[in-house]
Amino acid sequence: MQRNLFSYIWRYSRPEQIVILILVVFAQVFYFLSLSVPKSIVNNGISGNAFKDQALIQWGAIDFSFPAFLGGFHVHLFDGFTVDQLTYLVAMSFVFLAAVVVNGQFRKSINTQKGRMGERMLRRLRYELYDRILRFPPAHFRKVKQAELATMVKDEVEPLGGFIGDAFVQPMFLGGQALTAIIFIMMQNWLLGIIVIVLLAVQMSIIPRLRKPVLVLGRQRQISARQLAGRIAETADGVHEIHIHGAANYERADIAERLGVIFKIRFDLYQKKFVAKFWNNILSQATPFAIYLVGGYFAITGHMDVGAVVGVLLAYKDLPSPIKELIDWDQQRQDVQIKYEQVIDQFQPEGMMPPELQALPDGPPPPLGKELALAGVVVSEDGRVKQLDSLSLTLPLNRRVAVIGGAGSGKDVLAQVLARQTLPASGSIRIDGKDFFQLPEYVIGARLAYVGQDTYLFPLSVRDNLLFGLKLRPVAPATYDEATRALRETFWKESVRAGNPAFDPNADWVDYELAGATGPADLLPCMVRVLKQVDLDEDIYTLGLRGTVDATRRPDLAEKILKARHTLHEHLQDGTYAGLVEPFNSDHYNKNLSVAENLLFGTALGKQFDGDNLAADPYVMSVLQKTGLDVDLQRMGLSIAETMVELFSGLSPDNPLFEQYSFISADELPNVRLLLQRLGGKGADAVPEADRARLMTLPLRYIEARHRLGLIDAEMEDRILAARRAFAAKLPEPLRGSVEFYDFERYNSAATLQDNILFGRLIYGQAQADVRVGTLISEVLAELGLRDSVIEVGLDYNVGVAGKRLPATQRQKLGIARALIKRPQFLVVNEAVAVFDGRTQDRIRDHILASSDGRGVVWIASRPGQAEPFDQIVVMQGGRIAMQGAKADLEARGGLYAELMASA
Amino acid sequence: MNLNEEVEILKGVPLFAKMEPAKLKLLAFTGERMTFGTGQEVCHQGDPGDAMYVILGGVANVLIDTPKGPLQVAQLKKNGFFGETAILCDAPRNATIAASESLLTLKISKDMFYRLVTEFPSMAIEMMRELAHRVEDANQKLREATAANKAA
Repeated sequence: MQRNLFSYIWRYSRPEQIVILILVVFAQVFYFLSLSVPKSIVNNGISGNAFKDQALIQWGAIDFSFPAFLGGFHVHLFDGFTVDQLTYLVAMSFVFLAAVVVNGQFRKSINTQKGRMGERMLRRLRYELYDRILRFPPAHFRKVKQAELATMVKDEVEPLGGFIGDAFVQPMFLGGQALTAIIFIMMQNWLLGIIVIVLLAVQMSIIPRLRKPVLVLGRQRQISARQLAGRIAETADGVHEIHIHGAANYERADIAERLGVIFKIRFDLYQKKFVAKFWNNILSQATPFAIYLVGGYFAITGHMDVGAVVGVLLAYKDLPSPIKELIDWDQQRQDVQIKYEQVIDQFQPEGMMPPELQALPDGPPPPLGKELALAGVVVSEDGRVKQLDSLSLTLPLNRRVAVIGGAGSGKDVLAQVLARQTLPASGSIRIDGKDFFQLPEYVIGARLAYVGQDTYLFPLSVRDNLLFGLKLRPVAPATYDEATRALRETFWKESVRAGNPAFDPNADWVDYELAGATGPADLLPCMVRVLKQVDLDEDIYTLGLRGTVDATRRPDLAEKILKARHTLHEHLQDGTYAGLVEPFNSDHYNKNLSVAENLLFGTALGKQFDGDNLAADPYVMSVLQKTGLDVDLQRMGLSIAETMVELFSGLSPDNPLFEQYSFISADELPNVRLLLQRLGGKGADAVPEADRARLMTLPLRYIEARHRLGLIDAEMEDRILAARRAFAAKLPEPLRGSVEFYDFERYNSAATLQDNILFGRLIYGQAQADVRVGTLISEVLAELGLRDSVIEVGLDYNVGVAGKRLPATQRQKLGIARALIKRPQFLVVNEAVAVFDGRTQDRIRDHILASSDGRGVVWIASRPGQAEPFDQIVVMQGGRIAMQGAKADLEARGGLYAELMASA
Repeated sequence: MNLNEEVEILKGVPLFAKMEPAKLKLLAFTGERMTFGTGQEVCHQGDPGDAMYVILGGVANVLIDTPKGPLQVAQLKKNGFFGETAILCDAPRNATIAASESLLTLKISKDMFYRLVTEFPSMAIEMMRELAHRVEDANQKLREATAANKAA
């Protein structure tokens, strides 16, 4: 990247800058016209100077006279019109209007072009910076803070966009203006002209110097602000450590210190700025002072006439503003130049990957080769401690190799080198004679897979994370309709203009072949197979059961799930499952649902009928009043209140039982007790109006089977059923979308798959009911061949930021699955199974070996015992290979191998 | 069965005999009732224990694993309780309990158990009495077995 902002701008926006310059020059003509036409209007149109001698004049003639040195030809094109004074006035007024409009159009066009050019350059710069982040050597990320990178790309280059439009035009334009004024002064009196020039030169050399400290401070301000962003991100990342160690105040001290430094810088900046401004004003007034003094002296002594002095003064009046703007422009130039340098310095670390290695492949990636040969490889962190010490090793890419060794043996560093994560300081790594580090990244991406101890997951769905390693190039373009296609084309054209690639993230980037599939249709079995290999299928299946499916988008699946519901309910008729589930039946009160759920008898969509909102809804209230259920609810509420007061009165307010079991919170309980005392056993009718609403909400969460206060008898059931029917029958049109009613023959898009299949509630207090019904659901789904479809729904689960919505072990399993799905020719597993229990570790290892199918595996063993089933075992110590060979050989030789095995 | 009926049953359980009715009601309200079908296991020998159970109705078999398969060593009836050892000393279940006929229990979680014992010492005394009986019972059986061994 160019260190000089100007050469950078000029290089990428030359044609645009020239067009704008030409536009500016043309605009001057119309600007001049809009200034000179009023003079003609006043002199000839209104005062009638041109009409003093004749009533009519010629107007609008088109003549050109070439200057004498070009031959002095005279070209006459058009005679013009004969006009009287009034017509002249009207015509000239319209000419003025036209000049103003055209002038405005020019301005608009110039500003638009400047803006577009600036934004394009900003886009190019940002893209280029991001592009560089992708090419940073991996080790560089240990030195830079991510928040600082983000601040630089996002905020710090922002002001550049505004400046780029003015970078060339502004100095040309202002310089031209200033030059004209100076020439005019020179023509009046050369001595005065020289004085003005000298004073201007002084001004232009002193003021930037005064502003120098301002610029230095500006640079400090930029760096300190960037560091502040980095520190805030650190606080967020390490917030658990801060709390655990009680270091909040130490952190406060650090931030306060930083803010203090920033304050000082910013305040100094203000002071320096105003000092510069003060001198700026003084110096700009020095010129008129000189003109008065010297010009006046000349006038008195008769060397110059008074008119000329006034002329010079008038000409000078036009001078300060362009000069001042020029100085301002210069200041801005230096400011953005510093910002630019500051930023790009951070973006050119040594050892950046050449762009060719990241080029987009134009076809399927070629195979990796046959053999990887490491010769004299040295890796050292700071040039002293050698993590790998002239290590030489030959790895045929069809062999399965385990590497064992103690901590500090360098086995993990070896794995990182094999995955190109760490660059050796010296030595060579060749693959069939070619330099391993010069292979394009897509070949590595497609053919080599690496899983380390901690896996980073992107905040996307499980599926997107699983398929992440297959997205090397767009394999099939996205299909667009005619209109969208045209829009996309324009979008890409603009991308190319700003130096961005015209890649389409909507295209299908998944390389199905790598996964062993032929297209999107048969990808699912491949994904399920890999999930099984890492023991993750069951977890994703569970996520799928808890997921939802939109019936309008997947009518086929909704249909099948509905079938599963029918099958399940047939099985539930069976005696072994009696008394486990109470199905939803519109004609029966469901004792295992709350009163609110019984009333609504459906899934609330949105907030309208959700939870306690139900009681606040005016329509629900009207239904309750019409059916008289409001009084029943108040009575039930009173009864619940009495029970709660009886049960929880003796307990301290912070007793967890409140939270878990009470219908009334600990804070509320005393008020309720007071209310009950005032009632003194009188019924619900005596409850004051104000308390009734609250009382009514209490029974909404009441579940007869669970709370067993005996509030709902057969008669009450009928009354609630009547209200349920009334609610559904008269539901106004706008509220229809707020509830999805339970209907045995309809799939419910708002409910989870599990709830859809179950279509009922587990009955309270039945031992193992959840497990038994869960098993039954699994059996039904397996019977109908729906297990994979459920997994497919589970694949849509969003794993959250850095995969935090998945437990650590599942995260790691998904990371391994992501490597396995591309069936890599060479798989490096760097203690990736260490977080699992021993049995799982061995099982996953065996699955990986069983599916390796002639492909190479390098397994960095966290326990030496894991190495057993491998073709070749490499024993490492102190960054060197201590011994290697087949298991039988090593056993025969004993030594370090035997020691390690004995310690396992 | 509603809450008041359950409280009536709990009043008959010696363990809770001296508790006020209001507290019994709280116990019934916050405890979890669990129904087990014939043959269903309440807990399995060796599993970690997280709760104790009070039998409100039905009969439970106490089974111990032997090399020849599970051996029934005792039966627990209404008002009996089990599972307290596992939560008192954080030990695995020392026997398998299975429903011999339809069994209704009140499940008291570990947290709840400690809260109850601290709030109602009478319950702790009752439990000590029951445990002492069991130790005495076991000693008696041991003496008989030793005597039988000597005789043989």
